[in-house]
Amino acid sequence: MSLPKELSYSEEHEWVKVEGEKVRIGITDFAQSELGDIVFVELPEVGDELEADEPFGSVESVKTVSELYAPISGKVVEINEELEDSPEFVNESPYEKAWMVIVEPSDKSEMDELMTAEQYEEMITED
Amino acid sequence: MANQDFPLIFEHSQESRTGFSLPEMDVPEVDLTDMFDESYIRETEADLPEVSELQIMRHYTALSTRNHGVDSGFYPLGSCTMKYNPKVNEDIARLTGFSHIHPYQAEETVQGALELMYDLQTILAEITGMHTVTLQPAAGAHGEWTGLMMIRAFHEANGDFGRTKVIVPDSAHGTNPASATVAGFEAVTVKSDDRGLVDLEDLKRVVGEDTAALMLTNPNTLGLFEEHILEMAEIIHDAGGKLYYDGANLNAILGYARPGDMGFDVVHLNLHKTFTGPHGGGGPGSGPVGVTEEFAAYLPKPVLIKRGEQFGFDYDRPKSIGRVKPYYGNFGINVRAYTYIRTMGAEGLKKVSEYAVLNANYMMRRLEKEYDLPFNQHCKHEFVLSGKSQKKLGVRTLDIAKRLLDFGYHPPTIYFPLNVEEALMVEPTETESKETLDAFVDAMIQISNEAKEDPEIVQEAPHTTVVSRMDETTAARKPVLRYNKDS
Repeated sequence: MSLPKELSYSEEHEWVKVEGEKVRIGITDFAQSELGDIVFVELPEVGDELEADEPFGSVESVKTVSELYAPISGKVVEINEELEDSPEFVNESPYEKAWMVIVEPSDKSEMDELMTAEQYEEMITED
Repeated sequence: MANQDFPLIFEHSQESRTGFSLPEMDVPEVDLTDMFDESYIRETEADLPEVSELQIMRHYTALSTRNHGVDSGFYPLGSCTMKYNPKVNEDIARLTGFSHIHPYQAEETVQGALELMYDLQTILAEITGMHTVTLQPAAGAHGEWTGLMMIRAFHEANGDFGRTKVIVPDSAHGTNPASATVAGFEAVTVKSDDRGLVDLEDLKRVVGEDTAALMLTNPNTLGLFEEHILEMAEIIHDAGGKLYYDGANLNAILGYARPGDMGFDVVHLNLHKTFTGPHGGGGPGSGPVGVTEEFAAYLPKPVLIKRGEQFGFDYDRPKSIGRVKPYYGNFGINVRAYTYIRTMGAEGLKKVSEYAVLNANYMMRRLEKEYDLPFNQHCKHEFVLSGKSQKKLGVRTLDIAKRLLDFGYHPPTIYFPLNVEEALMVEPTETESKETLDAFVDAMIQISNEAKEDPEIVQEAPHTTVVSRMDETTAARKPVLRYNKDS
C-alpha cells in the first residue's frame, strides 16, 4: 500500500498535494484497491466551486459507484481530462497519472484538518 | 471473436439461406423515396443473419437452457423477491377475453378487462391503506417517478415552490435517489444508526422547509422494520413534507401492516415482486402507485372509474400530471397479480409474509455462525451478511457469489446495501422448502470453510459453468455493443 509522505489525506480517502498557491487532488491507493477496477470517473468542470466535505464527482468501479468528497474548499482551475478515456489510471497510478482536479483553495486553514500519511495509515488499518 | 461453443446467430449465417418464403407480390410496387425522405432510407443492405427456421429454433432453444430462473433453481436475490410464479396465472392471462382484446376497443366491449383492473386497484388500495391506485406505471422506478411527480404537483399547487429536496436513507435502493433526480429534485442522504435504522437525530437535521418528501422502504434494505416510522412521519409532515413508500419490500408485511397506516402519502408496489408477475427477464414489470385522498386529483390520466354499473376511463382531470404510459399499464402482468391475490385470499397473503419472514430468520440464524451479521436482530423477509472475515483470508464477497454458481444457485445480491462492507443480501421468499434453505446454507458454510482451507477454489470459481469469470472491467471500459462481421 503506497502512502507518499509529502501528501495530506482526508477521511474520505482523497489525497491533497500543495503546489504553490494551488492544490492537486486524487484518491488514495487504498481507495482504489477497495473499489476494484475503475471504469468511469466523473469530474466537475473548470470554474466550479468545491465545498469541503461535499461531493464533487464520482468514481464508478465494476461493483459500485462512489462519490468523491472535496477535501478542501476552492475553485477548480484544471481537471484531468485523460481520465475520461483512461479510467484505469486510477488503479495503475493513483498518485501520479490519476490526479483528478487542481483547485485554488479559498481557505488554506482547511489544510490543517487533513491527516498526515501516518495518521491516514492508522485510520485505514483500524478496522 | 467467434465463440465456437456458442456461436452468435450471425455466425450461423450462410449466404442466401432463408428461413421464410413470401407470397408473390400482388400489389403495386412503390418507390420508397416517394414515401420517405431520403435521409431515412438506408443505402446499404442490412447485414442480417441468413439461417433456416430449424437453425433459429435450435439456436434460441439452446440459449434458453443456459438460463437460470426460479423454475430451475433457488434464486435468493435480496430485495428482488424472486418467488415462484404460479402457472395458474398464465392460464388466466391467456384467456382470450384478456389476450385477444385491443386497448382501442370501445369500452362497452371490454367491460370484463376493465372490471378486473378496477377490482385490482381497489384490492391494492386496501392492502396498502391508500385511497386510490393507478395501474399505469410500467415498473418500480417508473412508479417512484410517477409518485414524485405527483408530490411535486401537490406542492406547486399549494404555491410551495421551494421544496426542492428529497431525503433518502443511506441504505436506500439506488433507484430512489435516481428517481428523485430525474423528477427534478435534489437527493439528500439521511444516515442509519448503529442498529441499521434511520437515525432520527440526523433526520431532524436534514429535514426543513425545502423538504419535498422522504422516500423509504419499510422494512428497509437491511430487512429491518423501521420501528420509529410514526415518529418519522410526524417529523416529515410537521415540516410540510410528504412520505413516499417504496414497495420493494412489501412481501414482509402483507396483511400485518399497511403503509397508509404508517403515515405514508404515496406508495408504489412491484407486482412483479410481491404479486408473482414473471420477473428478471421473464416479462415486463408493473408498478402501481397508491395515494391518499389529497393526491387523487394529481393521478396520471386517464383514471379508471366506475360509472353506475359501467367501467370506463375518465380523461377530465385538469390537475393530473398527465399520462405516464401508453394505454393503461402492463395489463398482462396486472391480470397475473389479480389472479394471484384472488387465489391466495386475504388469509393466504398473511401466510405469505409469515413464511417469508420465518424463512429469512431461519437462514440468518444458521448463517450467523459462519458469516458476520452486522445488525443482529430479528429480520423481516431478508437479511444482510458481511463477508469481511472471509475478505481477511483473501476471499471477497464476489468470489463467494461466483462459487455459489458451482452449487447451482443464483447468488444473493452483493455489495449492496452500500453501508455494509462486503455485503451479501439474502431473500429466500416464502415459496422455498426447508430442504432448499438448508441446502443453500450448507453450501454457504462449505464455501466459508473453503475460504479458510483452500481459498483458491473460491477465488477461481465458478468451475462448473459454461464460461467462468467474465472480463467485466473491459466490458465496462470498452463495451462492444453490436456485432461486427469484420472484427
